[in-house]
Amino acid sequence: MSEENVHPGMNLGYHGGEHEAEVKVFGFWAFLMSDLVTFGIVFAVFGTMVTATAGGPGPEEVTNLHSVAIQTALLLGSSFGFSWASLSMKYHPGQRWRTLGWLAVAATSALCFLIVELIDFHHWTTIGAVPQRSGYLSALWALVGLHGLHVAGGLLWMAAMTGQILVFGLTDDIKSRVTRMGLYWHFLDVVWVGIFSMVFLAGVA
Amino acid sequence: MNGLFGRLAWSDLKLFETFMHGVSIDTLVAAGAAWMVVLGGVALAAWLTWARLWGPLWRDWLTSVDHKKIGIMYIVLGFVMMARGVAEGVVMRTHQATAYQGGVLSEEHWAELFSTHGTIMIFFVAMPFITGFINYLVPLQIGARDMAFPMLNQISLGLTATGAALTMISLVVGIFETGGWTAYPPFTGADFDPGPGPDYWVWAILLSGFGSMFSGINFAVTIYKMRAPGMTYMRMPVFTWTALCTSILLTFALPPLTVACLMQALDRYLGFHFFTNDQGGNMMNYANLFWMFGHPEVYILILPAFGIFSELTSTFAAKRLYGYTSLVLATMAIAVISFCVWLHHFFTMGNSATVNAAFGIATMLIAIPTGVKVYVWMATLWGGRIRFLTPMVYMTGFFIMFVIGGLSGIILANPAINWQVHNTQFIVAHFHNVLLPGTLFGILAGVHIWFPKAFGFRLDERAGRITAYLWIAGFSLTFLPLYIVGLMGYPRRSAAWDDPTFLPYMIVCMIGAILLAAAFTGLFVTLWISVRNRASLAVPMGDPWDGRTLEWATPAPPPHWNFATIPSIAERDAFAREKAEGRPYVIPAQYRDIHLPPDTPAGMIVFLTTTAFGFAATWWIWWLAILAAVVLVGWVVVHSFRNHPEVVIPAVEVKRVNNAWIEAIELAQGGITRDDEDTPRNRGYAATDMMVAS
Ligand code: HEM
Ligand SMILES: [Cu+2]
Repeated sequence: MSEENVHPGMNLGYHGGEHEAEVKVFGFWAFLMSDLVTFGIVFAVFGTMVTATAGGPGPEEVTNLHSVAIQTALLLGSSFGFSWASLSMKYHPGQRWRTLGWLAVAATSALCFLIVELIDFHHWTTIGAVPQRSGYLSALWALVGLHGLHVAGGLLWMAAMTGQILVFGLTDDIKSRVTRMGLYWHFLDVVWVGIFSMVFLAGVA
Repeated sequence: MNGLFGRLAWSDLKLFETFMHGVSIDTLVAAGAAWMVVLGGVALAAWLTWARLWGPLWRDWLTSVDHKKIGIMYIVLGFVMMARGVAEGVVMRTHQATAYQGGVLSEEHWAELFSTHGTIMIFFVAMPFITGFINYLVPLQIGARDMAFPMLNQISLGLTATGAALTMISLVVGIFETGGWTAYPPFTGADFDPGPGPDYWVWAILLSGFGSMFSGINFAVTIYKMRAPGMTYMRMPVFTWTALCTSILLTFALPPLTVACLMQALDRYLGFHFFTNDQGGNMMNYANLFWMFGHPEVYILILPAFGIFSELTSTFAAKRLYGYTSLVLATMAIAVISFCVWLHHFFTMGNSATVNAAFGIATMLIAIPTGVKVYVWMATLWGGRIRFLTPMVYMTGFFIMFVIGGLSGIILANPAINWQVHNTQFIVAHFHNVLLPGTLFGILAGVHIWFPKAFGFRLDERAGRITAYLWIAGFSLTFLPLYIVGLMGYPRRSAAWDDPTFLPYMIVCMIGAILLAAAFTGLFVTLWISVRNRASLAVPMGDPWDGRTLEWATPAPPPHWNFATIPSIAERDAFAREKAEGRPYVIPAQYRDIHLPPDTPAGMIVFLTTTAFGFAATWWIWWLAILAAVVLVGWVVVHSFRNHPEVVIPAVEVKRVNNAWIEAIELAQGGITRDDEDTPRNRGYAATDMMVAS
């Protein structure tokens, strides 16, 4: 198929490998759509359980807007760093340290996000807001935890990508992988915006 | 025992059931089944060793990423699991025939039987059949060399096999769950059933569910992106269209099941309160999630079967499909509406009348596109020169029976009636009535049509036809009486009954089940006879039925690379067109090297690690679970650091194979007419009837 559209977006100039890259990126989009349905369903379950606190801690007790704001900044910052990594990959493919540097920024920021989130989790356990306490808390932990696990998995992926850039350099294959990793990373940001507004802001509104 | 084996104890081994709990029919059945699994496995291993087949099995099959081989492996897996499913069906029918105020099995055992039977038939028989057919056919029909993601394809197979393996293991070690294939909590929650049954179920379904989701993505991307030049959407074969709809359903319908399984696991393992009775848990969430998957699932299973029936009506009536566009639109409409009807599975569980009415109407709407399909098939058959070979026998059975099943579905879609017959044998009759004549007959007809493509020889017609009639008769006797006892108020899933008027019906059902067992055996007898006569049944030239789509324009079996050169498509039913214009089988002007993806053990690694993980999690053997997870993740990371050069088939080799095939066709000096279709003269070169082929 010669006259097909090559995926919009980063258009990284694969040498003759456009079709392959297109197929992979498209496939990854399909995966993200499926994952989005997964998150959507957990959101829906959460929605049905907001009031199911069974006399235990509710949204007011678990929401610490201060911490949530820090987490949001860190995660958005991480996405921002990743964008720079992608741009460096496109415009400075000869200087892989640029890409690597920005990836390191993105990873550090995301790691800090996870640490702050864990501190929150720890706080929840100290006030008795454990998932075993009520349906509401089960749904809360599952939703926030599912996102956190996605971020942790993404960090593992990023570590592997860093290694691969060091070993192989910015080959077409690696570029296509970083592009997909970027999709995943920004996707997690979008999900976080959902959690931030529907779980925490709406919880105390 | 001790920490090393988690909560696993010697008494969990089913093999010695008769010693531990005394000899009765109940314990004999349990121990016998366990021994059958173990001895079957040992016999298979011994045979592989004796025939020195381990090496070829590993090299040619288990590590292959060829979509055709993966497809065949899916179908073999389906038949293996079906042997168990059918056996369980027969045992259940026997029990029910004796269940007047009792029955030969214990209640617990009965419950385990209908649960494993339902789970296996849906997830490990029908699903592998469907994915197997899509795997085998879609790349061939769209003129591609393989799936978009060949390795992921193999991994999906590995995950499906994991689920199947876990249910088989549960036959020998411990017990399976007893809450039906739907496994509704809180009955399957930790409070009422500490395990291991529901744990087996959770891991089997969760892990194989990931496989199905990956399959869906893979198929959809393949169909969107890998079509040969000129194959626009409206030129795609109908089976490919149904495969596309099924893949979309797989991609979007599997997540609710995944989420339901994960939440159930959190409830069971970590004491969460998603579906529990207390602390704000809400089992209705489970019912909703399960059926948000469950209803699209039935269309995942039926749409490709519709695709097969569409291909076969036009092939065996030697006519172009009447109303291609309507059929495509109807398929898409069904796929979309199927997401909006899930609540009809629990009309009685506390919804308001308005909600019930809305879902009832949505459900009835599906009958419209389904009706369109039935008319399309009828119009295609009308005025055609129908050849009544085995696939057509299945088609006839499907046509009549499926309409009955569909009509009983419309009856059930009415909430007021549904309240009366809900949870009775009426519903058992209904879903078997659509699953057997629909999905299963479609698959069996498909096996008859494409087996020659895959293995190079036809299946014996006489044995095939007898088997098909046995299926139809067996089905009718086993399941049609259930409509009546259902209306008389016999609840489904009940271990015993109290109304003596049920007895005659139950005996008819049991006889029917025995016929079905004979029909299942008939499949293997057909295979056996055909293998023995394979020389006279051979169709190496690849087109035994005067086929219309691209897969028939290849030798049988097709070479690993499918097409010597990627075809370029100018019309629907591309191959029929070429034949009608008298220019099929041209030698290409130029051959090129072909690049193919390399073999990989990925699927087997995923299979072994996830099976170990599922088993360990079921029995709380935590060290093994962690080990399995670490090995899997570690392997993925290591794998991503290696280079995997493609396999290159040199142009001369492609040329040699392709020219040999075309020369054989030229030597044959003219194809056979349809009158000789089921005679040894059929070597797979069809003289097409130009009048009706267009
Ligand atoms: C081959 C012969 C078969 C026989 C004799 C048979 C028999 C039965 C019986 C006796 C039950 C239990 C009914 C009850 O609850 O009272 C049952 C349930 C079921 N069967 Fe079959 N069946 C057969 C084939 C199939 C096939 C091919 C499928 C699907 C592709 C299937 C899917 C199911 C399902 C989903 C259930 C519901 C299990 C539950 O209650 O959770 N069966 N079958
Ligand atoms: Cu339904």
